[in-house]
Amino acid sequence: MTTALETTPKAKERLVPGTPLLEVRDLHVEFKTRDGIAKAVNGVNYSVAAGETLAVLGESGSGKSVTAQTIMGILDMPPGRVTAGEILYRGQDMLKMSGEERRKIRGRKIAMIFQDALSSLNPVLSVGYQLGEMFRVHEGASKKEAKAKAIELMDRVRIPAAAQRVGDYPHQFSGGMRQRIMIAMALALQPDLIIADEPTTALDVTVQAQVMDLLAELQAEYHMGLILITHDLGVVADVADKIAVMYAGRIVETAPVHDLYASPAHPYTKGLLRSIPRLDQKGEELYAIKGLPPNLYKVPAGCAFNPRCDVATDLCRTEIPALHQVTDRDGAELAGRKSACHLWKETLHG
Amino acid sequence: MGRFVARRLLQMIPVFLGTTTLIFFMVRVLPGDPVAAMWGDKAPDPAQVAAFKHRMGLDKSMIQQYVDYMANLFTGNFGQTMAGRKVIDVIGEALPVTVRLALLAFAIELVLGVAIGLIAGLKRGKSVDKGTLLFTLLLISIPVPVLGFIFQNIFATNLGWVTPTVQDSMNLGQLLLPAVVLGSLSLAYVARLTRTSIVENVKSDYMRTAVAKGLPKRKVIGTHLLRNSMIPVITFLGTDLGALMGGAIVTEGIFNVKGVGNALYHAINLKEGATVSGFVVVLVLVFLAASLIVDLLYAVLDPRIRYA
Repeated sequence: MTTALETTPKAKERLVPGTPLLEVRDLHVEFKTRDGIAKAVNGVNYSVAAGETLAVLGESGSGKSVTAQTIMGILDMPPGRVTAGEILYRGQDMLKMSGEERRKIRGRKIAMIFQDALSSLNPVLSVGYQLGEMFRVHEGASKKEAKAKAIELMDRVRIPAAAQRVGDYPHQFSGGMRQRIMIAMALALQPDLIIADEPTTALDVTVQAQVMDLLAELQAEYHMGLILITHDLGVVADVADKIAVMYAGRIVETAPVHDLYASPAHPYTKGLLRSIPRLDQKGEELYAIKGLPPNLYKVPAGCAFNPRCDVATDLCRTEIPALHQVTDRDGAELAGRKSACHLWKETLHG
Repeated sequence: MGRFVARRLLQMIPVFLGTTTLIFFMVRVLPGDPVAAMWGDKAPDPAQVAAFKHRMGLDKSMIQQYVDYMANLFTGNFGQTMAGRKVIDVIGEALPVTVRLALLAFAIELVLGVAIGLIAGLKRGKSVDKGTLLFTLLLISIPVPVLGFIFQNIFATNLGWVTPTVQDSMNLGQLLLPAVVLGSLSLAYVARLTRTSIVENVKSDYMRTAVAKGLPKRKVIGTHLLRNSMIPVITFLGTDLGALMGGAIVTEGIFNVKGVGNALYHAINLKEGATVSGFVVVLVLVFLAASLIVDLLYAVLDPRIRYA
């Protein structure tokens, strides 16, 4: 295996240590529809460094996918609209770039893996063509070179008999193999950052693990940043470095992955963790967070989670909580831990 | 694939036999005596009529005539007209004209229809789209003869760009106006079909992927969107090619184009059984060939279709 996927360090593109690869600052996105304005993203902040995995966790409608699509520049506008915020890629605000500048970043520097590989791959073009297209469009490769590189990529993501299957169409592959092709496509030009939007949701559990392992392995090998969007806490635990939990278009808690599992600092996170089925609870009723996710046209006043929260106070119903720095019992700051709860202390320590 | 083609070719046999049989008898049960009509207002001489009928084989039983006709057909003999011309010659004269006219109309509806549909589909809900829907609705609502006369009036009588009727039926330039009229209805359908298909596909997941790959817009639309959107349009176009050739009767009449429609019209008027049957046989073959080509094109456009 040489050429396309060699892990040559891109010396001139090296980041100043400590600078994040991608930084989302105070991002606001809304959708203008016939029913009114849906506020999908309301001030999201997060960052990813090279080689780091950020898991973005949240229910459907929490704004996690919309944020990702805004980063990629594939949000449907209209009805979508970025009302405020910055998305810094290597320090440059992508929202201020021209369409052509952004296109050159898409696929080449920041690539995306989608949930349903069957519908996300073009049904009438061979996988070889769709993989090769990356090299042809971005690197001006010839048809022959593109095909050779496509085979190489398929080998890299461990698709058996890649050379024979390069001319096959998406429907001729199994779900797991299709998702591998999506991964190969994202990986083709060795991007700095991969955004994986629920990459394993459509797969069998056993295949899920294989695909997730492959993704994690390739990420480590190429030292890429990875934003992993999921609602599956199980997927996150093994691969993520840090987690951002989203609710109603805001980040409600961020923490290094193990801290979050061990000691959540937000009632919503706590509820999510409690709702994971566990073997030692066999026979007991499974916990579920009461109520439904908020209507984005009419997000509750104060903390958006308050109607579903067991510990909500009057303050929670009137004032939107800031993202507080979380400290331990002695008041020492816990690195990377923040919680958007008025009662984070009670939640964490109580 | 080879087996599929072979089977489709075999399937053509019963269709071919069925249509020719049907048209053979239908022409012959039409009221009126074509032979007597040759004498016009004068009373026909019974001896001459009998002699003529005997020469043409019209004195035999209907079944015997049918058997003779079919047997001749398979040797390439299409019979002769009442006036004694070989039917194959009549077809040979008219068919190239109609093929030109139909292909010209086909090209117009394909290029313009797809282009209009694509633009409307991409600008869904905008005024371009609404304008297209209105324009195509208008085309669909106007009967071909009316449209023909309107065009004649505008382009020939008022502007003087062309002669009102076609002088040389093999001249492509002169066939342009009839071709526009002939293709206008299908153009409207092609535009609407393309538009609907584009609107459906443009929001699909693979389009999002294509954009996320950083492909330039022309590749996203040209390669990814059009390939998928053309599938239903191709079906329509395939069957329409046959319909254009058969359906040119009215248009050919308006513009005096000496094509199949014109010849067929006169043959039906004169109850020229052999001529009518001959033309229908040719049209059936064109239809069958066009539908086979469409089915094969499917496989090229959509690999999910299997031929079994």
